[in-house]
Amino acid sequence: MALIRITSPHTHRPGNTGDVMRTVILATLPGMAAMTFFFGWGTLIQILWGCLLAVSFEAAIIKLRKRPVSFYLQDYSAIVTAVLLGLAIPPFAPWWVMFVGILFAIAIAKHMYGGMGSNPFNPAMAAYALLLVSFPVQMTSWSAPFVMVGEGWSIISFIDSLQFIFSGIQPALYDAFSMATPLDVMKHKGGFTTEEMWYQSPLLAEGIGAWHAVSAAYVMGGIFLLYRKIFTWHAPVAMLGTLAAVSTLFFLIDPDNYPDPFFHLTTGATMLAAFFIITDPVTSCTSNKGKLWFAAGIGLLIFIIRSWGNYPDAVAFAVLLMNLSAPFIDQYTQPRTYGHAKAKRGMKGNS
Amino acid sequence: MNAQIHSFHGGIHPPENKRQSTGGCITEAPVPSRIILPLQQHIGLPADPLVKMGDKVLKGQTVAEAIGRISANIHASTSGTVVAIEPHPVPHMSGMMADCIIIEADGNDQWAEHQGLEDYQKLPKPELIEHIRKAGVAGMGGAGFPTDVKLHLGDDHIVNTLIINAAECEPYITADDMLMRERADKILGGIEIIAHLLKPLHIIVGIEDNKPQAIRALQEAFDGCTLNLDIISVPTKYPSGGEKQLIKLLTGVEVPSGKIPADVGIVCQNVGTTTAVFDAVHHGKPLVSRIITITGEAVAHPQNLEARIGTPFADLLTFCGLSEQHLARLIVGGPMMGLTVENQQIPMIKTSNCLIAGSINEFPAQPPAQACIRCGMCEQVCPVELLPQQLHWFAKGKEFEKAKHHNLFDCIECGACSYVCPSNIPLVQYYRFAKGEIRKEDAEQRKADHARLRFEARQARQEQEQLEKELRRKARAEEAAKSQAAKRDAVITKQASSAPESTGEPDLKQLKTNAAVARTKLKKAEKALSNAQAKGLDGIDTLQETVNQLQAKSDTAAQAYEQAQQAPAAPAAPVLDIKQLKTNAAIARTKLKKAEKQLANARDNGADNIAELEAEVKALTDKSATAEAAFKAAESGETPPVTPAAPAFTQAQLDDLKAGVDALQGKVDKAKAAYEKAAASDSPAAPKMADGVTKLEGKLKDAEAEYQQALQANQAGTSAPPATPAFTQAQLDDLKADVDALQGKVNKAKAAYEKAAASDSPAAPKMADGVTKLEGKLKDAEAEYQQALQANQANTSAAPAAPAFSQAQLDDLKADAEALQGKVNKAKAAYEKAAASDSPAAPKMADGVTKLEGKLKDAEAEYQQALQANQANTSAAPAAPAFSQAQLDDLKADAETLQGKVNKARAAYEKAAASDSPAAPKMADGVTKLEDKLRDAEAEYQQALQANNASTSTAPAAINNVAAEKPDAKALKQQVSIMRTKLKKAEKALSEADDSTRAELEQDVASLTERYEQAQAELADLEATHIAAAAAAGIDLKQLKIDAALARAAITKAERALSKAEDDAQANLQAELLSAQQKAAELNSTLERFSK
Repeated sequence: MALIRITSPHTHRPGNTGDVMRTVILATLPGMAAMTFFFGWGTLIQILWGCLLAVSFEAAIIKLRKRPVSFYLQDYSAIVTAVLLGLAIPPFAPWWVMFVGILFAIAIAKHMYGGMGSNPFNPAMAAYALLLVSFPVQMTSWSAPFVMVGEGWSIISFIDSLQFIFSGIQPALYDAFSMATPLDVMKHKGGFTTEEMWYQSPLLAEGIGAWHAVSAAYVMGGIFLLYRKIFTWHAPVAMLGTLAAVSTLFFLIDPDNYPDPFFHLTTGATMLAAFFIITDPVTSCTSNKGKLWFAAGIGLLIFIIRSWGNYPDAVAFAVLLMNLSAPFIDQYTQPRTYGHAKAKRGMKGNS
Repeated sequence: MNAQIHSFHGGIHPPENKRQSTGGCITEAPVPSRIILPLQQHIGLPADPLVKMGDKVLKGQTVAEAIGRISANIHASTSGTVVAIEPHPVPHMSGMMADCIIIEADGNDQWAEHQGLEDYQKLPKPELIEHIRKAGVAGMGGAGFPTDVKLHLGDDHIVNTLIINAAECEPYITADDMLMRERADKILGGIEIIAHLLKPLHIIVGIEDNKPQAIRALQEAFDGCTLNLDIISVPTKYPSGGEKQLIKLLTGVEVPSGKIPADVGIVCQNVGTTTAVFDAVHHGKPLVSRIITITGEAVAHPQNLEARIGTPFADLLTFCGLSEQHLARLIVGGPMMGLTVENQQIPMIKTSNCLIAGSINEFPAQPPAQACIRCGMCEQVCPVELLPQQLHWFAKGKEFEKAKHHNLFDCIECGACSYVCPSNIPLVQYYRFAKGEIRKEDAEQRKADHARLRFEARQARQEQEQLEKELRRKARAEEAAKSQAAKRDAVITKQASSAPESTGEPDLKQLKTNAAVARTKLKKAEKALSNAQAKGLDGIDTLQETVNQLQAKSDTAAQAYEQAQQAPAAPAAPVLDIKQLKTNAAIARTKLKKAEKQLANARDNGADNIAELEAEVKALTDKSATAEAAFKAAESGETPPVTPAAPAFTQAQLDDLKAGVDALQGKVDKAKAAYEKAAASDSPAAPKMADGVTKLEGKLKDAEAEYQQALQANQAGTSAPPATPAFTQAQLDDLKADVDALQGKVNKAKAAYEKAAASDSPAAPKMADGVTKLEGKLKDAEAEYQQALQANQANTSAAPAAPAFSQAQLDDLKADAEALQGKVNKAKAAYEKAAASDSPAAPKMADGVTKLEGKLKDAEAEYQQALQANQANTSAAPAAPAFSQAQLDDLKADAETLQGKVNKARAAYEKAAASDSPAAPKMADGVTKLEDKLRDAEAEYQQALQANNASTSTAPAAINNVAAEKPDAKALKQQVSIMRTKLKKAEKALSEADDSTRAELEQDVASLTERYEQAQAELADLEATHIAAAAAAGIDLKQLKIDAALARAAITKAERALSKAEDDAQANLQAELLSAQQKAAELNSTLERFSK
C-alpha cells in the first residue's frame, strides 16, 4: 500500500472542537437544573427552544455560505450559544424574545463576522444586550423562586409554562410571583439603605437563597471545566477577584448604599459569566496574562455598571466592552518567549 | 541525583509506546546486499567522494571527505565495490534525491586497518579532536551536528557544564534507552574523553524518569567515577529532550534566542554520540553503525538493531518482520518530529534513531481542520512560550512581519501545539511555511542587494574608464588650448593696459575656491607626510617637498583671494548699501567667534592644530575689523541726521494712511451721492446730510493731510541720499492722482451745485460753499504736486555738480512761495465766499488778494530764477546732460497741466460771464494769469530741451561710461542670498500669520519677491557677462571648470592611492601625483585667467 508523506507531528491527542463544546454544555447542567428547580420549567423550555432555533439558523446560514453543513454543525458551538442565552433570559419570556435573540446571535454576531472562531463578540452576550435594550419589560420580569415560597411547584405546570411562553396565556396565580431580580430591586431601592430594601421586599429576601444556589451550581460546572482543562483559572479568578475586591472596598466605605460582596458574587449572572461567558476563547484574550487583564476589566465594569449605570445587571455590557478591547490587550500581553530577556509589546518592532 | 530540577513551560504527555521495542536486547542487523551512503548525513557541507565507480572498499574506509569546518567524513560501513555515485532518495522531508555512494557488499564485512589511540590523554587536544573528526562522528540525537566542532568549543568558550542528553522524550524511540542499558561503560568512556577535551566543571546526564533500567545501569557504571558527574532524572514530558528544554530543566538557564548553549557555558552531547567517540578513540572505529529502533504495529518484532549506516530501510523492516499490508506510514524518527518517507529503499543515516512502520490504526489520517477557536490549548503546551494560535493567524494571513515579531523563529517545531489542537489544525506546517517564506524573502533580498552592489561596482568602473578617456582627450585639447592661450595672453595684456578697469575686478568666488582647493591639497599632503613619517617610509623627502610647494601655492591663493576681497571693498563702499556692509560685518564677527570657540576647545583638549586655528582666528579678526570699518565708513559717509536707508515711515504705513484716505474718500463720495439724491428729491433730511458730508470732508482732509505729512517726512528722509530724487515717481503719481481726484470732485460738486441752483434748492448756497472749498483744495493739491515736481527737479539736477544755489536756499524760496500761495488761495477763497454772499467786505478782500498774488508772483519768479541759475550751472557739468529726460518730461507735463488749467479756467470764466456772475471779471484775471504761467512753462521746457541738446552732443561717451561701471559679483550674490533669506522669512511669517496681518505680509512678500528676482537677474546678467567674456576669449568657462574638477579628482585619487601604497609603487604614484597636480595647477591658472 502506498505510503503517505506528511509533516510532523504524526500523532494527535484524541478530541476535537465538538468535544470541547460538549464538555461545556455538560458543565452547564447543574446550573440548568438549579434554574429549573427554583424558577420552574421556563428555563428548560427556553433552552430547548433556543437550541432548536440555533441549529436551524446555523444550518441555514452554513448552507447559504456553501459550506458542509454537517461538518460545521458538529462543533456544537450554536448549541452552546443557545444554552447560555437560555440561561440568561427570564424563564417566562415570550417565545419571540428567544427567536430574535438567537437569530441575532447566530446570523449577525457570529456568521456575519466570519463564523466560528472569527466573531469578535460573544454571540450570546451580544444577543442579550440587544434584547435588553430592545425589550426592557420582557427582559426584566422575572418570577419569584416558586419552590422557596408559597405553594411552590404547583403554581405553574409544564403545560402552563409552554402556554405562557408560546401563546401568552398567563397562569392564574402568576402575578403574585412575578417580580424583579434582586439586582433590579437593589438598583431601584431609591433612598433606602440596603437593609431597608430587604425589609421592603420580604419575598425577595426569602428567595435570595435560590440565586445563591444557582450560582453555586454554576461554580460546580466551572470547576469541572477547569479540571478538564477546557480553560485556565486565569479568567474566572481575575474577574471574581476584581469584583469581590472592588465591592468589598465600597461596602466597607458605605455599607448602607453598597451591597456586600457576597451579594455581588452570587446574584445575577456573575457566576455564569465567570465560568461560561468570559471563558469563551474566541472572544477573549489569548495569553494567560491577557486573560487576567481581560477578566479583571470585566469584573470592574460589572461593578461600575451595577452601581452607577442604568441597568441592574451588567454582565453583557461588560463582556462586550472587554471583547472590544481584547485584540488590543493581546498586543501588549505576549508571554516572554524562551531565550528572550523580556516579552515583546505591540505589533511592530524589531524582531 | 539530588540536584534541583527546574521546569520549562508547557509540554505534553503523548502515549509513550516505548515498551514494544524494549523487550529484547540490541541485535546486530545482517549485512545488506547494498549500502547507500548519502554524502550529506549531517549539518553543514556534503562530503566530497574519494572513491570512484568500481573501487573496492573495506569496512571503515573513508569514502568521502569532509569539506570545510562543518562537515563530516563518510566511511564505508561494509566491504564491497562502489557501483555508483549518483542521486538516490535520501531521508528528507521533501522526499528529494541526493548524491549517494552506492556500495555492492561482498558479504565479507572486512574491516580496513584501524588503530585506537593508546593513551589519548597524552595527545595534544587538536590531534585528539582531529582523530574524532576523521572518524566522521556527528551528533546522533537528531540534528547531526559534527561532533568535533562542538569539542573545539573549549578553546574560545568557558564550558561550565557538560550535559549528556539521555532524555529521549519522543514516543516509540528506545535506541538510547537500550544503549544505556547495555553499554553504560562505553558511555562513561565517551564522557571521559569529551570531558578531557572540554574540561567542564560539572557533568550532568539528563534522563527521563521513564527509563529506570537505564538509570540503574548508568549508576552502576558511573560508580567510582572521579568526574564531577550527576545523573539527573527529569519528569517524563515531551519535549524535555530538546536541547534548550533540557538545559532549562537541568540548570535553570535559558539559552538566549539566537545564541548557542556554549555562549552560556554549556555544551550538550547526545548519549549515543559518546559511544561513537569512545569507539573512535579507543578502537579507531569510525562511525559506520548505530543503534536504531524498528517499531510500529506493522512490524512483527519491534526491537533495537545495531545497523550499518547506509542500510536501506527495506532490509531492516524485513529483518523485523514487516507486514506490508498493514504499513500505512513509514516514519523516520519519532512521531512528533520525525519525517515520513515513501520509499523503503531509502537508507538509514547517522542521525536515524528510529523507524516506525505505522499501521492505519496507529496513525489514522488527520481529520479535516476546523476553525481555530482560539482556545489557547496550544499556548498552554508550547515549550518556548509562544502564542501558537496567533502565529497561525499570521501565517495564514501571510503577515510575516507580525509572525516574526511574535518570535516565530524561536519555534522548535516540536509539534506540541498541533498535538493538542482540538480543531486539528496542522499548526507546525503553518510555521514551517511561514519560516520558509520569510527565508525565501530574505534570500531574495540578499540576492537583490548583491546584484545591486555588483551593478554599482560595474557602473563605477565604467564611469572610471569614461573619466580616464576624457582625461586623455583633455590632455590633448589642453595642449592646443595652451598655445592658444599664449597668443591670447598677449592680447589680454594689451587690453589690460588700455582698459584696466574692465579686468580690475577678479572673481572673488573663483579665488576663494582656488584658495580652498589649495588648502585642501595642502592638508592632504600634510596628512600623507605625517603618515609616511609615522611609518618611516622612504618617500618622506619628496612628500615634504610637495607639502612645501603646496604650502606656497596655498599661501599665494589665499593672498590673491584676500587682496581681491579687500580691493573691491574700497571703491565699492559708496555703492554698496550700508545694510550689506553691516551684514558682512556681522558674518565676520560670527565667524570670528566660532573660530575663537574652536580655538579655546582645541586648547582645552590639547589638540595639535592650535597654531592653525590661531592663525585662522587672527585672519578672521582682521576680516571682521575690516568689515566693521567698511560698515562704519559707509555709515558715517551718509547724511548724519537721517538714517539713510530707513525712511521715517515705512511704505506699509504710508499705504495704510493712503488706504484710510481712500476709504474716507469713498465715504465722502457716497455721502455726497446720497445727499444729492436727497436734495434732488427735496428730502427734508437733505440739510442734515449736507452737514454729514461736510464733516466727512473735514475728516478726509485731515487724513489727507496726515498722509501728506508722512509722505513729506519720508521724502525728507529719502531725499537725503544724493542720488535719489526728492520725490519718487510713485509719490508724484500719488500726488497727481490726488489732484486729478480733486479735480473730478470739484467738477462733480460744481455740477451738483448748478443743478441745485437751477432748481432753487435751499441747499444751493451751502453747496456753493462746498464747491469753493473743494476748489481751494484742488489748488492746494496742484500746488503741492508742482512743488514736489520742482523739488525733484531741483534735487536731481543739483546732484551732479555743485549748483549755484544750495538746496536749502531753494527750499526756502520754495517755502516762501508756498506760503504765499497758501495765503493767496485762502484769501481768494474768502473773497469768493464773500462775493458769493454779496458781503460788503468783498471789494476789500479782492484788493488783498491782488496784493498777495503780486507777492506770490515775485516769490515764484525769484524761485524760478534760482532754479534756472541752478540748471544753468548743472548743464555746465560735462558728463551729465543739462536736463535729464525725466526733468524734461516734468517740464512738459507742467506745461500741459497749465494748458489744461488755462482751458478750464477759461471755460469757467466763460460760464460765469454767460451767467453774469459777479466773479466773472476776477476769473478773467485768473485766466490771464494762468495763460502767462503757461507761456513761461513752455518757454522753460523749450530752453531745457535746447540746453540738453547742446550738452549731450558734447559728452557722448560719458553715459556709456557710467553704464559700463561693473557691479561687484560677490556683493550681488550676497544680496541675492540675503533677499532669498528675507523672502523666505517673510513667506514663513505669512504662512503663520492670521488674517488680520495677512494682507500686509503678502504685500511684503510680493515686494521682496520682486526685489529678489531683480537681484538674481542682476547676478545672472553678471555671470552671463563673465561667461560671455570668456567665450569671447575663445574658451568655454564651464568646460574649463569641469576640466579643473577632473584634474582635482585625479589628484585626490592619486593621493589616496599614494597613502595606501606602502612599497615601491609609491615612487611611481608620486610621480603620477605630481604630474596630476601640475596639470591641475595649469588648468586652474587657465581657468582663473578666464573667469575674471
